[in-house]
Amino acid sequence: MCTMAAEQKKKSLRCRRKKIKTDIYLLCSVAPLRHRAVLLQSATIGGGSGQTQAEPAAWRCVFTGNHSCLVLIPSVVRQTGATYLEEGCIDLFARRVSASPSGSLHASPPGMDQESAAASGASLISLTEHEQRYYSGLHALCQADAPAKLSSSKVAELFKASQLPPESLHKVTEVCGAKHLGYFGTAQFYIALKLLAAAQSGLPVRLESIAGNLPLPRFAGLKNEPAPPASDPQGAPSGSVAWNAADRSSFRHLEANADKKPEPWSPPRSPCSSPPRSPLTYRSYPYSKQRNGVDAQISYDGKLSSRSIVQLEQHSSPGHYVNKPAAEHAAVAQASSAERLNQPATLSYSDDDPWRITVEQLDYYTNQFKTLQPDLGALILGAVAKNFFTKSKLPILELSHIWELSDVDRDGALTFTEFCIAFHLIVARKNGYPLPESLPPTLQPVPDQHQDERIPDTPESSEPLIVFEDAQPRSCQVVKDPNSVARLDPTLASRKHDLQEESLIQDGSVTHLGSSREKPTLRLGAFPEKPEPHQELDPQMRTKTRQRSYSSTSIDDAIKKAEEPPTPPPRPQKTHSRASSLDLNKLFQQGAPGVKSGWLLPPPALPPRPSATQVPHFLKVSEQASQNKVQQPNFADFSHFREEEESGVKLEEQGPASRFGLSSEDLGSASQQDVSGTPHGQAPQKPIRRKYHPESQNLETGAPPPAMPFLPPAKTSQKLLSRQKREIQMAIRKNRETNAVLRRLNSELQQQLKVVHQERVTLESQLELLRPLAST
Amino acid sequence: MFHICLLMFSPQNYPLYIRSVPSQNELKFHYTVHTSLDVVEEKVSAVGKSLADQRELYLGLLYPTEDYKVYGYVTNSKVKFVIVVDSSNTSLRDNEIRSMFRKLHNSFTDVMCNPFYNPGDPIQSKAFNGIVSGMMVQTG
Repeated sequence: MCTMAAEQKKKSLRCRRKKIKTDIYLLCSVAPLRHRAVLLQSATIGGGSGQTQAEPAAWRCVFTGNHSCLVLIPSVVRQTGATYLEEGCIDLFARRVSASPSGSLHASPPGMDQESAAASGASLISLTEHEQRYYSGLHALCQADAPAKLSSSKVAELFKASQLPPESLHKVTEVCGAKHLGYFGTAQFYIALKLLAAAQSGLPVRLESIAGNLPLPRFAGLKNEPAPPASDPQGAPSGSVAWNAADRSSFRHLEANADKKPEPWSPPRSPCSSPPRSPLTYRSYPYSKQRNGVDAQISYDGKLSSRSIVQLEQHSSPGHYVNKPAAEHAAVAQASSAERLNQPATLSYSDDDPWRITVEQLDYYTNQFKTLQPDLGALILGAVAKNFFTKSKLPILELSHIWELSDVDRDGALTFTEFCIAFHLIVARKNGYPLPESLPPTLQPVPDQHQDERIPDTPESSEPLIVFEDAQPRSCQVVKDPNSVARLDPTLASRKHDLQEESLIQDGSVTHLGSSREKPTLRLGAFPEKPEPHQELDPQMRTKTRQRSYSSTSIDDAIKKAEEPPTPPPRPQKTHSRASSLDLNKLFQQGAPGVKSGWLLPPPALPPRPSATQVPHFLKVSEQASQNKVQQPNFADFSHFREEEESGVKLEEQGPASRFGLSSEDLGSASQQDVSGTPHGQAPQKPIRRKYHPESQNLETGAPPPAMPFLPPAKTSQKLLSRQKREIQMAIRKNRETNAVLRRLNSELQQQLKVVHQERVTLESQLELLRPLAST
Repeated sequence: MFHICLLMFSPQNYPLYIRSVPSQNELKFHYTVHTSLDVVEEKVSAVGKSLADQRELYLGLLYPTEDYKVYGYVTNSKVKFVIVVDSSNTSLRDNEIRSMFRKLHNSFTDVMCNPFYNPGDPIQSKAFNGIVSGMMVQTG
């Protein structure tokens, strides 16, 4: 019966639609649409303001199931112009509906239920389901004290958000009847919304325009606003998800307590920052209903001076935030500080670039940095930053991506600039901007005097260093450390980086990167700092090492470089407790493949005595030496004097300093043999220099001795022989000294290597220990 | 089209990162790499001495199968990289493989520097992906 009645009414309305203005409202007493008159149909003729008080008697009410009621306001008021469902009427009806026990409502025939009403209504009306939802959402947004009266300030704000010119807004207000009424009722509100949509579509603000199918009105900068279906691809899914979530939660709030309605919206709405101003497309923000300091801080970022309502919300939000569990953070304090900061904030936001950090934002970031690290020039460690940014409640993946974007020097710690970048990215992300793949140009760090991102190599840095290629990843990591170290303000005395500490310690012990093994996650406490020159030296060295790390041949380079300087590298002398335990044999064996042949520079085997008779002996020795890959570096000194022959064997002439004092018994014995052998030989008249090129790299060291032709042995006089003997002995002595020096050097290096290795093992064990703790 | 596959394993030998070009044939790659882990372990344990130098990080050609060559690399924290390339790709020299491993190691270190990355998690860094893609395209 009721159905038929309703159908009939509708039909009648349909045929009379052109002539009458009839509003069909669906009043529902059931949540979530409680007390809301959903405009099912609004067919109007002509514009006109003014409305009359429709008398209740003129209503046609159709009770449906589900505690809702179709109210038909007939054309009786046609003559008086547009008819709108008065808020008062709705009030009355709502009171009636709610007053009566719900059971009575069931008395109505179960015919049309809400859905069918809506469906049938939908065929008649211009308010689609989507619009319905949207409008009801907006309605909830603007709901204020009176049950059906919308807060005019909120509505005004909403209107402003539609970004229509003020005169259009006035017209809308006028047309929808609120002006006449003095307030926005639900009906007026919905009509206004449709008028806004029409205006945004370019249609004139008239009642006829809203008869057709219009897109949803677009409001910039409003949270909980679903993306209009026609446009706004940006963040639409998340936006709609967030909107739905917000919608549902908003509905829950509506049910719960009307008073609290503004509150849930405040945090989300407060960040209606002018980023939206920039691209209009960023209208929907994938806000989650998170309340934390970052949200408040985002509210700080939003320049809301144009929105008084938002100021109100901001004021309410700190209070709201305080209610949040304190575990949520000191960020609440940040929020309040953000609020305070924001109050005097002027709208200095650059209109078109959301990636630019404004002055206020910079101030805020500075304050935040100071709470984490009082020293603005120092670094924030990764773990500290992680804890801090985790509070922003962004997913870890996004935080990880933000970190990658902002840690430009890849050291696992944040400088002030990097911190600002990261913070700004987080803020932008929370405001709904998708994370960029790479740093936007306006966000890129400007290298300042603090930051030496890429320290140029200096020639002097390379020489005294021996790169321990065995620990390349460590050197790689250490590269980052010295970068951070170098970045520190040299004038600042205290550092809080165990990076530095480790690097320093390793510097003290090894002087080079390769040995330092940095696991960025194992940052320890602060350590005393090192002298500045060391720091400056290290980054350069480390950068250089990083560039050529992982090169299997760089050991040879390092060796050669170590050979080059006449003096040992500047390192504090260590006790050579293990000098005797050098595993030289191992070194020899390693040199077997030929790669490490540089290590195998033997002590300068004494040159064979210049003696014709010794030629075969020498040859033997030389071959033996060659089999051992022995270089005979000091032959240069002697090749002048070595008279003879050594058939075809060339001995390389090398500077005395460029030896590694590796001693080996066989070589020593060989040299001994040589020594003993030569006096008996005959010194050739001409010194014969032989160049022995066991490996090509030996060419680098020292001046290549000039090749001497092989002269046949010549008989020498005794005098020559004794002279040569003396010279040879001097050479032997010199070589021995060189041997000792090099041996000591080698032992030092080995010692340092072992120390560093110990440290590495320690760190690795710590890492292993920490890993089960870190893994979730 | 060259096939190339890159995998990374944690010290506990579960995969941290898998990427292959082209995307099909992944199963075959995975099988090959899985068996190559044995070889890697063998090499790593053979090096039992306390000194671990750079050269050992690069394990070289683990073994050549009929179709593929498998190269291994282990870091000091026992993270293993394995690269599988097809044998038809003769243009890939040892040096290039080494440089690839070097780059991978650098990128991996960068990933580790990220405090939001827990060691042992699969690597989801976009920067890392970008580097790997670039590398594979370059060699493929």
